[in-house]
Amino acid sequence: MSVLKKILTTVAVTAAMVGSAAHAENIKIALVVKALGIGFFEAANKGAEEAAAELGNVDIIYTGPTDTTAEGQIEVINSLIAQGVDAIAISANDPDAVVPVLQKAMERGITVISWDSGVAQDGRQMHLNPSSTDLIGNTIIKLAADHMPDGGQVAILSATTTSTNQNAWIDAAKAVLPNYPGIELAAVVYGDDLSDKSYREAQGLMSSYPDLKAIIAPTTVGILAACQAVTDAGKIGQINVTGLGLPSEMAGCVESGATESFAIWNPIDLGYAATMLAYNIHNGAATTPGSEIPMGRIGNATLDDTGSAAMSDPFTYDKSNIEQFKSIF
Amino acid sequence: MFKRFLASREAILLGAVLILLALVAIRFPAFIAPANLANVFNDTSPLIILALGQMIVILTKCIDLSIAANLALCGMVVAILNVAHPDLPVIVTLVVATGLGTILGAINGLLVWKLTIPPIVVTLGTMTIYRGTIFLISNGKWVNSHEMSAPFKAFSRQILLGLPVLSWIALAVVATFAVLLTRTTLGRAFYAVGGNPHAAVYAGLNVGRTQFLAFAIAGALAGLTGYLWVSRYAVAYVDIAGGFELDVIAACVIGGIAISGGIGSVGGLVLGALFLGVIKNALPVVNISPFWQLAISGAAIVIAVAFNARSSRTKGRIILKSAEVAA
Repeated sequence: MSVLKKILTTVAVTAAMVGSAAHAENIKIALVVKALGIGFFEAANKGAEEAAAELGNVDIIYTGPTDTTAEGQIEVINSLIAQGVDAIAISANDPDAVVPVLQKAMERGITVISWDSGVAQDGRQMHLNPSSTDLIGNTIIKLAADHMPDGGQVAILSATTTSTNQNAWIDAAKAVLPNYPGIELAAVVYGDDLSDKSYREAQGLMSSYPDLKAIIAPTTVGILAACQAVTDAGKIGQINVTGLGLPSEMAGCVESGATESFAIWNPIDLGYAATMLAYNIHNGAATTPGSEIPMGRIGNATLDDTGSAAMSDPFTYDKSNIEQFKSIF
Repeated sequence: MFKRFLASREAILLGAVLILLALVAIRFPAFIAPANLANVFNDTSPLIILALGQMIVILTKCIDLSIAANLALCGMVVAILNVAHPDLPVIVTLVVATGLGTILGAINGLLVWKLTIPPIVVTLGTMTIYRGTIFLISNGKWVNSHEMSAPFKAFSRQILLGLPVLSWIALAVVATFAVLLTRTTLGRAFYAVGGNPHAAVYAGLNVGRTQFLAFAIAGALAGLTGYLWVSRYAVAYVDIAGGFELDVIAACVIGGIAISGGIGSVGGLVLGALFLGVIKNALPVVNISPFWQLAISGAAIVIAVAFNARSSRTKGRIILKSAEVAA
């Protein structure tokens, strides 16, 4: 046996062994986050672990750069490609900068999806949005309406007049108003995401509309300022402050009763759903527009023309679960 | 005497505030109810306190752009301190906030005094440094109301003889400044140093040292307001009072403090701050499109300043002519 033949045989045998070993091994799914040490992503990792436990043959690699840079993520992805992971689920720091390295990963047969913060269409097989504009618009009205059995006036306290997200949500909210008979949107005011201006606008709403039943603030600064203004005016129980906020910031308002409930996407569900999607796509689920991919306990994700899907309604937090979530994010 | 008052800047400003109140009352009568006016004053208190600090800095021909960043940093420090030691008495918090504010202000003052760097450059730099420091010590995280102790949050809103403590502190600072600026050597030195630095030197005043003291006092007030702000809004994060330094400078300018130094009164400044405060509080209730609000408050500032500039234009004195008459 010549030396060359020997080497070739060794390589072939090794390759065969590695190949068969890989089949027996668990599927490795990498959860790449914007940066390590952020409560929101730690919570997403919990969800991913939950999905892995449910699936049985999945290992989660939770990783990300130490600061929120695209360069850091590119390094991380390169090392994941070298490790030979089976799937990458990424929340990107920059939609375009990570595209080339993710394309490289896909060329090597790695399944790539983005979640939370998306990647441009060329760089992933699908994107999972935590929610959609329509779902959020509906949720913020529903949050207020749920605690107003007799109907009445509500007002929206937004961020700035030019905030793209908030404006889209408010338009969606206005569109669903006819589904909630008795609920009247009295005003939309803007606190510019400054606590002092938001506080003043909330005070203004209370004096302009004495019968106001709810202030809806789809912004974290606004909802806190409105909660404080309502508390200071002694109108807890009379005016319900609701909208979108983070549990760690809103715990005080829920405790005092100024806020009955509020919503935000659930990072645990998001990590869970991303893992399920990565697993199913790795196992051959189609990612063409219109296809439905199962997300375990959450339901199915339906892809739109850009390969994106919305997970679910924002998750509602109230007295019953705030204690559990306030230390998470 | 009365005639002289009528022609003064204070009278014009007072008139402007009253006209503004009347205009608002036409659209929303409840605005001028005494309880609401007390609310407006309370809401304007942080602006008044900071503007007084800024005023003495401007009087000495300087400017402090870092005043809101100083406020935010001191607010964040006491908030973090409160989370770590919830049992710390409020008086300690007050001392820490004011002390830290003084140090931060003194840094500005030292750079201006000892290195003679232009104040606008110094404070532009420290403004960013102070904001950056908040980010460093907080890791960008918020300190929220449920993490702060109850006395920490209650202090600024405790009602004393009908007014919240926040308002009383503003009134006390106003009274102190009225005495400081008219009855003390230091107060007169602020005017002298800004009005004519060369003459001040000949009169034996240390210009740099006086400017340093102005910065330190402004810093102390910013620190104090930092705690009051965090206590009132029950939240501390990197961007609190973002852009507030511009409101403070606007209040000074409307109040007739000459940006070139040496001219201005406590009465004018308080009215200037109240003018801004009334606009800020009235706009949400008079039902004007939010898209117009910025333009309206800007226009109000320009009009007020234009009036001020007209009333304060000093006519040159013709020495020879009066000499002729005398002869």
